[in-house]
Parts: sequence; structure tokens; C-alpha cells
Amino acid sequence: MPTELYNTLSQTAATNNWALIYPELILGCLALGLLVLEVILPKFSHGVIPRIAILGQLLLLGYILVFDRTGCTHGVAFGGMIELTQTAQVLRVFFLIASIFVCYLAMVSFENKTLARIEYFAITLVITGALSLMAMSNHFVMLFVALETATVGFYILVSYFRQNALSLEAGLKYLIMGALSSAILLFGIVLLYGAASNPALASSSQDSMNFDNLHAFLAANSTDRVALIGMILVIAGIAFKIGAFPFQVWVPDVYQGAPLSTTALLAVSSKAAGFAILITLVEVFAPLSAWLVPLLSGVACLTILFGNFAALTQRNLKRVIGLSGVSHAGFLLIGVIAAQAVPQATAWVLFYLFAYLLGSMAVFGSLVHLPKAADAELELDDLGDLAKKNGFLGFALTVGIGSLAGIPPLAGFIGKFLLFVAAFKAELYALLAVAIVGVVVSIYYYFGVIKGAFFEIWRFQDDEEATPSETAQPGDLLTWLGRLTIGFALVGSIVLGVFQGPVGAWLGGW
Amino acid sequence: MNILHFAIAAPLLFAFFTLWLGRLGRPATQIVSVTGFAIPAILALAAWLTYDPVVAGGYDFVSRHNTGLEAVGITLHLGLNGVALPLFVLAAVVGLAAGLYAAQSKAESLPRYMFCLLIMQGGLMGVFASIDVFFFYLFHELALIPTFVMVGVWGGRDRSYAAMKMTIYLTLGAMLSLAGLITLYVQSGAESFDLIALKEALAAQPLSETISYYAFGLLLFGFGILVSLWPLHTWAPLGYGAAPSSAAMLHAGVLKKFGLYGLIQIAVPLIPGGVGQWENWIIWLALGNIVIVGLVAMAQRDLKQMLGYSSVMHMGYAFLGIAAMSVLGAAGAVIMMVAHGLTVALLFMLATMIHHRTQTFEMDEMGGLAKKAPVLSAFFVCAIMASIGFPGPGLANFWGELTIFLATYELRNWLVFVVVGGVVISAIYGLRAISRIFFGVESEDFQEVQKEHTVKDMTWTERVPALILLVVLFLLGFFPKTITHPINDTLNAEPAYAAEVKASEGEG
Repeated sequence: MPTELYNTLSQTAATNNWALIYPELILGCLALGLLVLEVILPKFSHGVIPRIAILGQLLLLGYILVFDRTGCTHGVAFGGMIELTQTAQVLRVFFLIASIFVCYLAMVSFENKTLARIEYFAITLVITGALSLMAMSNHFVMLFVALETATVGFYILVSYFRQNALSLEAGLKYLIMGALSSAILLFGIVLLYGAASNPALASSSQDSMNFDNLHAFLAANSTDRVALIGMILVIAGIAFKIGAFPFQVWVPDVYQGAPLSTTALLAVSSKAAGFAILITLVEVFAPLSAWLVPLLSGVACLTILFGNFAALTQRNLKRVIGLSGVSHAGFLLIGVIAAQAVPQATAWVLFYLFAYLLGSMAVFGSLVHLPKAADAELELDDLGDLAKKNGFLGFALTVGIGSLAGIPPLAGFIGKFLLFVAAFKAELYALLAVAIVGVVVSIYYYFGVIKGAFFEIWRFQDDEEATPSETAQPGDLLTWLGRLTIGFALVGSIVLGVFQGPVGAWLGGW
Repeated sequence: MNILHFAIAAPLLFAFFTLWLGRLGRPATQIVSVTGFAIPAILALAAWLTYDPVVAGGYDFVSRHNTGLEAVGITLHLGLNGVALPLFVLAAVVGLAAGLYAAQSKAESLPRYMFCLLIMQGGLMGVFASIDVFFFYLFHELALIPTFVMVGVWGGRDRSYAAMKMTIYLTLGAMLSLAGLITLYVQSGAESFDLIALKEALAAQPLSETISYYAFGLLLFGFGILVSLWPLHTWAPLGYGAAPSSAAMLHAGVLKKFGLYGLIQIAVPLIPGGVGQWENWIIWLALGNIVIVGLVAMAQRDLKQMLGYSSVMHMGYAFLGIAAMSVLGAAGAVIMMVAHGLTVALLFMLATMIHHRTQTFEMDEMGGLAKKAPVLSAFFVCAIMASIGFPGPGLANFWGELTIFLATYELRNWLVFVVVGGVVISAIYGLRAISRIFFGVESEDFQEVQKEHTVKDMTWTERVPALILLVVLFLLGFFPKTITHPINDTLNAEPAYAAEVKASEGEG
């Protein structure tokens, strides 16, 4: 028995599969380490633990960026379970950056709360690892396990403010909708598995949940009805993740109720992971593109229109951001569809995601410093003259919103512009027309946010009576760490809009 | 690094300096921000004097940098040709006047206001200096965003609604023109946004009829919304009415010319076939601008609204000049753009000065101001004369309108009668405004106002920016050669415009 174990271990070491996922392993260890620290450290020094989480991730990020930017591209590991592509490596960095931001947001929003906090950071780290495994997965089993790891983590994070009814409601909604979508996805996977391992059909295989084998099978049987239904169900399951129509219903409520940092994680990382897997699957399902392209195009159109028009009437900030996120999913879908005809489009989708990350983080970073940030009832009016009360936060919010709206010369504009070029090249004219309508409509509600922050709002006399010393002011909790973090998102949004040079080269497309 | 880099970078840099040094007090803000406007003005003047187009493909001051999108066909390619040069100078001059005027104004939180204005100026300098179509668009948007903020924060009546309406209209226009530009990029096969490369590719292989129809249509209506083509003009009077004066000066004077410039410099040379396909549309919509909007301007009692409608009306002439598809028409449109830019900026500035004295924009509540403020009335009369296109005092507008009328005659001879009728319309509302504001008896409301405010004539800080604009206007009126030569050279080298000339030469 010991010899067998030794053999297995030495084999594992020889193939060295684990080395491929070292960032995820480190993230997992870091998460466990945080929990251990909570036990070891005396209570008064617990404030240092979130900082350790951020520092650990920063070191990991630094290591990857310096030594491993393109290092181990194209590694297949664990018997085809995982395939590390350039895209996956880029997304890994993406998830890390997002997670660092989220940790910062959580640090600020837990400042005046009596909640267990260390678990939040541990779970965030685990989710980040799971999402980056999801981006690497090359097998439905891996995909499903990673997806569920992340989703279960999200169940907890969404309802983290357990004294808050809205947070609990959001958690319940996310739980039910998440479970439903997992079920749909699983059903789709099973159908595909069943179809592709039918020995009576050409190119069937024993391991038909492997994406390469599945692709080969679909190429040989592009008219298989069972596989087709399977594909539609799988896409539906992923549409839930990215918040695409008609699976966007959970988005406004959950975004509103969840703690701000969780909203950020959902809006950015979870959505990006959905797109990562969609990019992979679109290649796998390429033989069925006669069905896939119209399906995705329809979804993209409706997603853009729904997201933008639904956001028009909202007054609640988190709902606005949630619904604007829905429309961003629609824009990204255009890029994913175009990627079938235009190879560079994948890199452009990644660029869009990075622009979205920086823009969102600038917005969330300034919102978290509002006195009512913890509330789910953060209204547009609560921005009241943010620019006047705290110029830095007002500027950050404006740049973030501007970037999300796609206003030049900010990163979001370049992202949208590149997707438009991709859509033109792929001759998706109808989608483009819808996208333009979407952009114009979106200006209305983005502008509303900027208006709230900049333009003076007429207020009732009663409101003025509260003296400034009693009420919290925006930016009270802004430390140098905050300025650095938000400043990074801010400067990044501007710089990526003007000078894309090295980043563009690294994203690998152009 | 050459003149153009500095002219674009200086306002942007000084915008941040203003924000940073603004805390030192009002004088510091004024000095720093005015420097930010003066540098591009001096550089533009230098560019005007040293302009020598023989250097590279009709462009001077050429430079090219890769910002990371070279593989997509986008580079920061800067340069000036004969059409861009006058507008570049216009942007610098109007910018300086607007900057000087804003610096002495009583705007709340002046550093932030100057920040927005300087960012706008940087964008404007970039628009006309870009050879790359992508940056041309990007700089336009860079200049546009501060406008919305300025209207929304520092604007007057209905500012919130006006800012929102402007934003949505102009975004729609910008998106349509962006779609048109991307169409050119994809369909030309040049895989480049470089105007020169696009020209070469499309000269070698013109667009098919269907594609040129749609591409030109997108550009026409996209740019058209930005230039307030009838009936998509409703944002303009409202926006200008609400905008603070220096923002209105820069937008109505310079930024709005972006659309016309795009049509002359990009749409027509690249898609010459499209003009013929859309000719009737352009003519009838431009007539809408001249006749309908002209009549609407006549009915206005609010001075700023009247100026807004009048500026919309004059765009109709420029559209007709473009529709003529000849060197004459296009050159007329360019001269018109420059002259109109200077005039309308001057008028918006004078309107605000009048408002300071009468506390109203309602022309019925003024009257007899000439006695109290003779210098102001002299300026205003000159500006209105220029705006009408009155040939007498040697104002540049006349040359623009004259050449456009000649080109219009070649286009459709009956049009001339309608168009000249337009001059009568603008004469009516212009002269009536002069008489209502400056002459006649003081209205009761104005007498009321005088009890609380003593009405003084223009101060020197007000005279300097007005003089700058008026002097350039006269300069171009007496020596139109200084800009017509470069315009001519560039347009004659452009096959799309020169086609007619060559055809007639061939016959001869």
C-alpha cells in the first residue's frame, strides 16, 4: 500500500501538473492561512488580516506579471481536465486584480460593523481561485466543479449582512436562481455526454465531457438533435452567470441587496468567468454555429435593450449599476459572436473586460465611501454633491461612470470601439444598430449618476438641519490605501484609453 | 515633437495646473489658465505664418506615433492641410477669447470651470490637427464632454434639461458618425483609420453604390446632428440658451464645425459618389435650416435663443456649399465656417455682456442701451453686420456667403433666390435686435434695473477678447487670401472636388 501511494505521488510529481495551477493553490493556502491567523492572533490585531490577504494577492500578482506573463502557455494538465491558454492566463490576472479591489471594498464596508469578517476574505480568495480554474477548464466536470465552488461561495457572500433583510432576500434569490441555473447547465452537460458517448455515432468517445473530444464529435454530427438541445441548455446555464436575457431577472435584486463588495465581485469577476467559459465553449460548439450564432445574437440584442431600458427608470444606484452590467454583458456577447469570424475579437473582449473592471472599481471604490454605502437603499440623490464634498471621490466616480458609458478618451470607449469594429468585420450589422441604440440610451442613466454627483440638488429645508458634524461625510474612511486603490482604477481607466501599447500586446491579439 | 503637439498638450496640461494652483487664489487661477489658452493661440499663429504644404502629401507639421493600436490601423497621425489650417487657427483664436472672457467672469469655483474649458480647448486643437480619423473622433468627444458638464453645472435656465438633451442628441450623432467611419475602415479594405491611407485605398477601389449610399448616409446624418441639420437641430438653441457664455462660444464657434469639417475633409473626398445620391436630401434639409429656422429665429424675443437659432440657420449655407461638390462650394463652406465661428462666438459673448447690464435676455425689456454703453453697441452692430453677411466693413462672412451663392447657382439655379432670401431674413432679425436692444426708448423694466445697477460701458477686460475676435474677422475680410490660398491648394488637389474643374478644363 505505501509503495502504491509513493508511486502515485512520484508520478504526480513527474508530470508536474500541480505546478500549472500554483496561483490557485497559493490562493487556497492563503485563504486557509487567514483562518489560522484569526485563531492565532489576539483579537485587537485582527485588523491586519485583511491587509495580509491583500498583500498576499499583490505579491502573487506581481510574481505572475513579472515572471509568468506568458510563461506556461498551452499546458494541458490532469488528463485534459485543464488547459492553460493565453486567454486563461490573462483572466487569471484579471480575477486577481478584481479580488484585490474587492478585498479593499470589503475592508472599508466592514469598518463599522460587528460581523465576522475574516471569513469574507477567505471565501473571496477561494472564489477567485475557483473562477480562474473555471477559465482554464477543458472538461465539463472541471467546469462544473469550479462553477459550483464559486457559486456556493457567492451564496454566502451575497447574504453576508445577515441582520439586513434585503441582503438575506438577495441571498435567497441568488440561491434559488443559482440552483436552477446549475440544474439547467447540468442537464445540458448530461445530454451532451449522452449524445457524444453513443458508440453508434461517428467520433463518439469514452471521455466525451472533454471539450476536445466533444468538439470532434460535434464536427462529425452537426445535426444531432440531442446534442443541440444540450448545447442550448449549457448556454442557458452560462447566460445566468453573465446576466444575459432572459436569465437576468436576479441581477437587480441581488446586486441591490448584496454587500457592495459582493456586488463588485459578482459584477466583475463572476461575469468575466462566464465570458471566459463562453469563449471556450463557442469554439467547442463551432460545428453547431448555424444554431449558435442566431441564438447568441438574439440573446445579445435583447440583453442590450433590456439592460439599458430597464436601467432608465431606476433611482437606486446599485440597481442602475446592475442593469448597466446586464447591458455590458450584451456588448461583450457581440464580441464573442464576432470572434468566430474575426480572430482578434477574443483579445478585444478581454480588453473590454479590463476596461469594465477598472471602470467598475472606480465607481464601487467611490460609492463605498458614501455614508449610506452599507445600505441597499443607496439612491441617486444620496450622491448629493459628492464632487463638492470630496473632489477625489467625485472625480473617480465620474471617470468610472464615463468609462462604463464608453466616453472617450477613457478605456471603456476603446473597448466599445474595438467591439464595434469586430462586429463590422463580422458583418453583424443588426447587432451593431442595436448596440448603438443601447449606447445612446445608456447615456441617459449614466449621465444621471454624474448629474447626482456634480449638479446641486434642491433639498428640503429639513434635510439641511442635520449639522455636518453629526452626519458622516463621504470620504471619512478614505485612507492612503484607499486613495492608492481607487487611484489605480482611475489612472488605469484614463491611461488605457489613451495608450494601450504594452497591455494590448500582452492581451495577445493585435 | 512639433508645434501641433505643444498646441494640443499645453491646454490639457494647464488644465491640471489650474486645478492644482487654483487653491492659491483667483489671480493664480487667471494667470495659469489664460497661459493655457495663450500658448496654443501663439503656436497656431506661428503655424499659420510658417505653413508650407509642399512637405508631405499636402500636409505640414506631420508626425506619427503608435499608441498601441497600430495593428488595428490607428496611429496618432497629426498634421495640417489647407482646410484644417484655418479651422485650427479659428479654434485657437476663439479659445483665447473665450478663455480671457471666462477668466474675468464671476463663475463659481473658477478653477474647475477653467479646467473644463481648457480640456475642451485641448480637444478642439486636436480635432483639426488629426489626420487619423479615429483620433479626429476621439478629440471631438474629449471636447464635447466638458461642454455637457459646463452646461449642467454652470448653465442658466433649464440647464439640467438642456444638458441632458444635448448629451443624448450629440451622442446619437457621434455614434452614427462613428458607425460611418468604421464602415469606411472595413469596406475600404485599407484596414487603417489614417485618412491618407483611406484615400489611397478608396481611390484605387471606390465603394460600391449600395455601400457608398449607406456609408454617406450614416456620416451625413451623424455629422448632421452635430452641426444641427434641420430637423435635428432642436438641441442647439436650447443648449446655447442654457450654456455659460464661454462654453457656448467654444461650442457654437468651433466644436460644432466638426461635423462640417468631417463632411468636407472625410465624407466627400472618400465617398464622392455619396453626395450625388444624397444631393436632394442635403438641399431640402439645408433649405429647412435656412428658411424654417430663419423664420423661427425671427420670432424669438429672447436674445440668446435668437442667436442660437441664427447659428443653426447659417449652417444651412455651409451644407449647400458642400452639396455643390465643387472647389468653390467647399471653399465657401470653409470660409463661412471660420467667419461664422468668430462671429457667433463674439455674439454670444456680447449677449452675456448685455445681460450683465440689463439683467435679462428678453429684448422687449431692453432699449436705449447705446446711450449708456456706446462701445458695446458698436461691437454688437459690427457683429450683427458680420453675421448677416453685410459686405460693407470688410467682414469675412461676406466672402463665405458670396462663394457659396455662386456655387449654389451651379448646383440648382433657382436655389440662389431662396438662399438670398435667407439673407433678408437674417437682416430682419439682426437689425431688429439692434434696434430693440440699443436704440429707441428705454423700456420700463430696464429703467427698473437701472435703479439698482449702474450701467457701465465695456471694461477693458471685456474689450480685449471682443477685440481679438473682431480684429481677426476684419483681417480675414480684407485679406481673405491668407486663408483662401491654402484652402484652394488643398481642395484642388482633391479629386472629388476638382473633378468639375478638370472636366471643364477638358472641354476647353
